[in-house]
Amino acid sequence: MNLHEYQAKQVFSAYGIPVPNGRVAATADEAVQAAQALGGSVWVVKAQVHAGGRGKAGGVKLARDADAVRAAAQAMLGTRLATKQTGPEGLPVSKVYVESGSAIEREIYLSLTLNREKGRIAMIGSAAGGMDIEEVAAHTPEQITTVNIHPAAGLQPYQCRRMAFALGFKGAQIAEFQKIAMALYQLTLDKDASLVEVNPLIVTKDGHLLALDAKINIDANAVYRQKALEEMRDESQEDPMELAASRHDLNYVSLDGDIACMVNGAGLAMATMDVIKLHGGSPANFLDVGGGATAERVTAAFNLILSNPKVRGILVNIFGGIVRCDLIAEGVITAVKAVGVKVPVIVRLEGTNAEKAREMLAQSGLKVTAATDLTDAAKKAVAAVR
Amino acid sequence: MSILVNKNTRLICQGFTGKQGTFHSEQCIAYGTQLVGGVTPGRGGDKHLDRPVFDTVHDAVKATGANASMIYVPAGYAADAILEAADAGIELVVCITEGIPVNDMVRVKATLAGTNVKLIGPNCPGVITPGECKIGIMPGFIHKPGCIGIVSRSGTLTYETVFQTTNNGLGQSTCVGIGGDPVRGLNFVEVLELFQNDPQTEGIIMVGEIGGSDEEAGAEFIKQHVTKPVVAYIAGVTAPPGKRMGHAGAVIAGGKGTAADKFRALEAAGVRTVKSPADLGAAMSEQLRKKR
Repeated sequence: MNLHEYQAKQVFSAYGIPVPNGRVAATADEAVQAAQALGGSVWVVKAQVHAGGRGKAGGVKLARDADAVRAAAQAMLGTRLATKQTGPEGLPVSKVYVESGSAIEREIYLSLTLNREKGRIAMIGSAAGGMDIEEVAAHTPEQITTVNIHPAAGLQPYQCRRMAFALGFKGAQIAEFQKIAMALYQLTLDKDASLVEVNPLIVTKDGHLLALDAKINIDANAVYRQKALEEMRDESQEDPMELAASRHDLNYVSLDGDIACMVNGAGLAMATMDVIKLHGGSPANFLDVGGGATAERVTAAFNLILSNPKVRGILVNIFGGIVRCDLIAEGVITAVKAVGVKVPVIVRLEGTNAEKAREMLAQSGLKVTAATDLTDAAKKAVAAVR
Repeated sequence: MSILVNKNTRLICQGFTGKQGTFHSEQCIAYGTQLVGGVTPGRGGDKHLDRPVFDTVHDAVKATGANASMIYVPAGYAADAILEAADAGIELVVCITEGIPVNDMVRVKATLAGTNVKLIGPNCPGVITPGECKIGIMPGFIHKPGCIGIVSRSGTLTYETVFQTTNNGLGQSTCVGIGGDPVRGLNFVEVLELFQNDPQTEGIIMVGEIGGSDEEAGAEFIKQHVTKPVVAYIAGVTAPPGKRMGHAGAVIAGGKGTAADKFRALEAAGVRTVKSPADLGAAMSEQLRKKR
């Protein structure tokens, strides 16, 4: 689950991390009022979407008077902002964040996230701020400093100093940085953040540190114990199909192809997509119906994949395991009848009572083809949509 | 021989009296696993499935001499359950639970470091030595005692691999599902080492997926230390970057963790790779024939 910048900055403020003064606005009038309330003579109007790369996409505008604030807010609100992270369809902008302008001396990159290799949270910093950290990592990895944090000891002052010197801070900035770094680590733990990113963290013209941008992503497995953050969830920023799937406890990811997949198990679901591709087809989605694969879940899954107009065939691949295949076949037959599936359905069932399940499918009178194994299933599915 | 578990393994179940714990404990008992008891706090002194229930893992170990535990407690309590088992002297902890917060696993991993406790999972099907001991949720009947060691990040892909090696007569020495989370216990490297040192294991099948670099670490280990034939498949060639594919750990982040990179690393280490999981069994047979 991701937070908007304005929400992340509320969290930052609560932890004493310095951020520019700002106010959120849902209309152009509100944006102008926000600028007036903030005072000063320069503001930044920022589109609130769950994606980076807003600046280059026209989602961040500098304004030097009320008319410019209004114009910037009007240009963004109600539109969809497409950045290089969103795909061409973009994300809806229903709020803008109006912030006091800052005088920037230089920009730093700072983040906290899991280091999978070490199994620890790492703090990552780079003096090349404001840039895409992945680009920096690819081209000038020597500009990146990483410290891994032992969970029992926590982030240590020496680690903060090491990072601070690597980032070129001097004098009072060292202590200022340590305070910010400690607060960021604490909030990473408290909020179960999978990513906390400040890009950029700036040094102002008068020599102080300020979090100019803020990004917080929450570990999906921990949302259940982050009730306050859960209320900040903005579903308009999520893929509607993936959102609908999550309501049925289904794991779904939209893809571009025309063969829909319904599979039990994440690994097998990925493999099914790969095998479709290997045999010249194109998968429409990733869908893991989970170990149980009950009639209710299978019905929900059929409804979901059929709401994608691009789908011209369906491949069901279930390795029965402890669940009996005849029960799954019954679920598939019930669902196909209830949902009114019009496209060809190829079903591969393996495990207990697989033979019986194949007979049931053959005798159902439905447009359901039984396949003997994964390769056979993929070939039949590819042939069916040609 | 086999690795990790055998007919002498004495198992307890944490979350014993719950729905999942009960069902899978029954299945394990039916398979022949020595399930010697279980733990449900507050139910100590009860009998369940004809076996004693204890309040704590310490009590269970003291009374039964258990040396392995399988965990089905809900995600919010599972990290605590793993640490309880480790503290009570359990040597092999198998955590089936899916959805444990990452920060909890970071704590677990650091706490277990430097101990002799082996953790399998979480978010995994478990471990089985066919004909001897099944710990977890895998369907026992598809397995057959034999010579192939299987290690995988995915449950159902493990079953696929088992099914093929059963059907072509090779059978399995031990199958280890290491789980789909980004922070977990045993990894490819540790399991590969165990298989390399196990006389019963003649060939190794490794099933990986997108995300992280554990397959690459496995490839490096194979290059240096593994003399047995290894066949590998990586799921997720068609997975789009930045999307989490069901498993918490299956995500291509910052251009890293792609299936192509993993295939390349494994091939560079001399591993026979296949582009479809349907070919794993046949490729293994072929590799063994070449070797013999």
